[in-house]
Amino acid sequence: MLRPRTDRTGQGRLLRLTLSSLLLLILLPLASCRQESRVERATREKILLLGNGAEPKALDPHLVSSVGDANILRALFEGLVINHPESDTLHEPGVAERWEPNADFSEWRFFLRTNAKWSNGDPVTAHDFTYAYHRILHPEMAAPYASMLYFLKNAEAFNRGEIKDFAEVGVKAVGDHELVCTLDNPAPFFPDVVKHTTWLPVHRGTIEKFGKMTDNYTEWQKPGNHVGNGPFQLAEWRINAHVKARPNPHYWDAANVKLKGIDFYPIESPFTEEKAFRNGLIHLSYSMPESLIESYRKQENSPLRIETYNGSYFYRCNVTQSPTDNADFRRALAWAIDREVIVKYVTRGGQTPAYAFTPPSEEGYHPPQVVGYDLEKARDYLKKAGYTSGKDVPEFVIIINTLEAHKNIAMAIQDMWKKNLGIEKVRIENQEWKVYQQTVLDMRYDVARAGWIGDYVDPQTFLGMWVTKDSNNNTGWSNADYDRLLRESSRLSDPAARLAKLAEAEAVLLDGMPVLPLYWYTRVYLLHPDVRNWHPLLLDNHPYKHIGLVPSEKGGPQ
Amino acid sequence: METARFLLSRFAQSLFALLCIVTITFFLARLAPGGPFLDEKKIPEHLVEQMKRNYGFDKPLPVQYATYLGRLARGDLGPSLGNKGFTVNEVIAEGFPVSFMLGICGLVIALAIGIPAGVFAAAKRNTIVDYALMALAMIGICLPTFVIAPLLGEIFALELGWFDVALWQNSSAWILGSVTLGLYYSAYIARLTRGSMLDVLSQDFIRTAKAKGVPPLAVLFKHAFRGGITPVVAFLGPALAGLIGGSFVVETVFGLPGLGQHFIKAATNRDYWLINGTVTVFAVLILVMNFLVDVLQAWLDPRTRAAR
Amino acid sequence: MPAATSKNAIAIEKGSSLGRDAWLRLRKNHLAMASLWFTVFIVFISFILPLVPGIPNPNVTHPDLQSLPAFTSAKSMEGVEVFYLLGSDHLGRDVFSRILHGGRVSLAVGFLATFVSLTIGVVYGAVSGYLGGRIDAAMMRVVDILYALPFIIIVIILTTYFGNQLWLLFVCIGAVEWLTMSRIVRGQVLSLKRQEFIEAARSLGLSQWRILFRHLIPNTLGPVIVYTTLTVPAVMRLEAVLSFLSLGVQPPDASWGSLIKEGADLMGSDPALLIYPALVFGATLFSLNFLGDGLRDALDPKSSKD
Repeated sequence: MLRPRTDRTGQGRLLRLTLSSLLLLILLPLASCRQESRVERATREKILLLGNGAEPKALDPHLVSSVGDANILRALFEGLVINHPESDTLHEPGVAERWEPNADFSEWRFFLRTNAKWSNGDPVTAHDFTYAYHRILHPEMAAPYASMLYFLKNAEAFNRGEIKDFAEVGVKAVGDHELVCTLDNPAPFFPDVVKHTTWLPVHRGTIEKFGKMTDNYTEWQKPGNHVGNGPFQLAEWRINAHVKARPNPHYWDAANVKLKGIDFYPIESPFTEEKAFRNGLIHLSYSMPESLIESYRKQENSPLRIETYNGSYFYRCNVTQSPTDNADFRRALAWAIDREVIVKYVTRGGQTPAYAFTPPSEEGYHPPQVVGYDLEKARDYLKKAGYTSGKDVPEFVIIINTLEAHKNIAMAIQDMWKKNLGIEKVRIENQEWKVYQQTVLDMRYDVARAGWIGDYVDPQTFLGMWVTKDSNNNTGWSNADYDRLLRESSRLSDPAARLAKLAEAEAVLLDGMPVLPLYWYTRVYLLHPDVRNWHPLLLDNHPYKHIGLVPSEKGGPQ
Repeated sequence: METARFLLSRFAQSLFALLCIVTITFFLARLAPGGPFLDEKKIPEHLVEQMKRNYGFDKPLPVQYATYLGRLARGDLGPSLGNKGFTVNEVIAEGFPVSFMLGICGLVIALAIGIPAGVFAAAKRNTIVDYALMALAMIGICLPTFVIAPLLGEIFALELGWFDVALWQNSSAWILGSVTLGLYYSAYIARLTRGSMLDVLSQDFIRTAKAKGVPPLAVLFKHAFRGGITPVVAFLGPALAGLIGGSFVVETVFGLPGLGQHFIKAATNRDYWLINGTVTVFAVLILVMNFLVDVLQAWLDPRTRAAR
Repeated sequence: MPAATSKNAIAIEKGSSLGRDAWLRLRKNHLAMASLWFTVFIVFISFILPLVPGIPNPNVTHPDLQSLPAFTSAKSMEGVEVFYLLGSDHLGRDVFSRILHGGRVSLAVGFLATFVSLTIGVVYGAVSGYLGGRIDAAMMRVVDILYALPFIIIVIILTTYFGNQLWLLFVCIGAVEWLTMSRIVRGQVLSLKRQEFIEAARSLGLSQWRILFRHLIPNTLGPVIVYTTLTVPAVMRLEAVLSFLSLGVQPPDASWGSLIKEGADLMGSDPALLIYPALVFGATLFSLNFLGDGLRDALDPKSSKD
């Protein structure tokens, strides 16, 4: 049936194929040998090559939630107010030229520039913003991050479907170039809020060309269809490979955009990213393996950047079941962790040991210092909790999601509790990411690792989640005083009084100790010297239009 | 006629197997805890409900399954939940060529190294050549891909600068990926070839050939080779399918946008349709490979054919 | 005289004891014997040595004493004097005792899971190949189906329903590894079953099962042993991958696979953490491999005629 005896030609062909592919293997690298590295050429062509962590979930501002997605959206869209290149507490005018609040910060008027344009040349008007807010809040859209717009009056009710008429929501276009936002409560920090990607406008014509307003997954996000109003427009999107943005010729400030393009590379492994950087494939990495920080720190003119980041790393305690239902026991655990050691030897990325939950910010919030590292106190609390020695503590489990860094921290803490309190029966359990999330959500844990990144610079974004039955609380902790203090703070329009009230609330939280604060985040990454105007930012939201690329003297990191 | 009937029945069997795989995967994916709409920052319940409605996950599971099969029959794998705006067909169309390239080159390298090494080791049984070759193969097997891949990257990309260390477009990193895969499988193939060559070499017809004064190389390649590579061929089916579908580690280390990465991400995102889609593609691949292997085996070894 | 025939058959079949012969032949193979002793040695130090007082606890951390080289003695900030025979890892734990403890898990997983997959794979493959026809086709399609199932999803589901238990690890690994084994054995049996000696056995009136288990399976042992020596490292490596998927050894415990995985990540900054476990792992696999080759030669019914 299959020509049993004429195999010689077949083998010959196979041999030739093998030889030629081997030859290809030898010749290809020779052919690709080049003097100029990818980064050097990109600098010459003014294209920023950016490691961006994970593949974007979408390029629709109403569907995304992750930091990496937001990084791309900031290039493709422009909101009312945009990030200042040097500080998160300063505001840069975006589509809005200027804005003014009423006396108690509960109504904000944004005056839009008349020359703002979409990448297809259409003018950007206040109606584009009301359309966008209508879309993200529409119940059928089911935008995951719609709650960021709950500042607007009646927004939550509309989003829940309790109000059907969008006209009742606190946002109005007055003519083409004025937008009025009416808020539920005073919010002096409102310009910070509207910098978030959920407040970006979308182009009505484009969205409705490919489907209904509330369609979740239409073709409009694809290159060629996508229309934005940012300094760049979408040129290419290959899944897991890259997203390429090229200048938007219709951008109102196009003359001041220094780059000729940005390429985003979704490289998930920090080890691969570091190598890609060393190999001259990217200008900027998204993250950095902890184990290599030391060796980069020692380099001269090191490309290593360590910057404060608006996030808190902590352990949740389940207060509904033994042994973590006992506040004194939780205090004992908290006081027995040497955070200096964790930061210095385990995480090694210049993080700040956290003795409170909310990271201190430049805007004047100083969290109360309630926790510390004191073995006397820790042992006292353990006795108060009813354990004569750590040996009597029943077995409990620390749940982490699978990541080397979380594992190392958990192992160090496990050993500290053992050494300092004599608690022997602590187990660590690794869980796959979604399993871990589900376990925490169902509160089937004793102690669970957690992290929280602020959406904007204000303690509200950290403290809001500990209110009774908040969907992100997940500890079972509830305190009437705390809820009251938070409610009161939201009605205060004087910024200083408001922050003081929040600090008071945080003291209650730390006394109840449903969470064990560990450290405040830093962003650790690698930055090529060719990249100009890239300043440390607390939220790490860099406005790309100011970024420049100039060949540096030495031409590379080595 | 006989052949046609054999082919037809194999095709029917494979189709049934595919249906089983598709069905099991569909329900397995739903069993895994934490659905696609679970996020670190909790999405409000009313929105999750709406998302389920948007994607049709609110209907009873049998209804969803029926709809899914109907779509599948038309070749539509559905929308991706993790890559919004893309269909699973589009995602796979982007990932498959990458994995295919990696896998085929890896297989060529594996065969080119593994088979000669195994044959020579068998011919020079219990000599220093044999030990050295097998020791090398063992190193290849011992060192997992997550060690070899970064090592190759470190040496050939970062030290010598012959290749790029990562990325797909205009990058030579995929060659290192193929080499990693190839080295790994070549070690397996060398061991398997040696083992079965030894079996064949001890059989009577080889002794007869030797006694008749056939030159040793001719004995090796003309007489023994065919029987000797039968187990290797049996191994090829799973190997090639594994090379194409399971090169996840290599794809991660070299930042390549292949099918393996898509599958892992789909699994962690609980991107139901993408999980089902990648598994379906993978299953078709395995079924086709195993079918080809069976045919090849029959051709290589006339006895098996007779037995059928 | 059917009774006499079958008696004769057993006499012809028996010859001299396979096991005794094999052992005698194995004893003559010095490399294989050295490997055997080395394997015994590794098993011994992994299981017995950690019980000796004075061997440090593998899970005690000294974060301030991280990444020390071999043969260092240092005082930690708590004032404890620690001696590191093979240096310390990134949390200041003793690498030597971590390798010893890791060996327990890896060896146990390696041997048990391989045994499971060997038993299932050989029997399944042999039965499928021997019976042939429809049954063979059906059995092989089942293998195809199992091959194509999304392993990761299954692992995730299993762990959430059964928790993280080591027996689950064996089940998972055994369930994956027997598939290839069964395909290889089936291929062998298909080509063996038409050979003269099987025809002879059949004409002697031996029962189907007897032919299968006494004649066919022993003759597939060559490739089976080779593939087994390939399965042990594969299983140990798979164990590391599974620990990456949060199944298997839970932190702070280690296995060789997880130690190598950690070491591979730290390759650039602290290569010793990769080299030591990889050396022990490699040496063990080498000895298993040469032992496997020795066994293969010793058990080969054909080589006795040489």
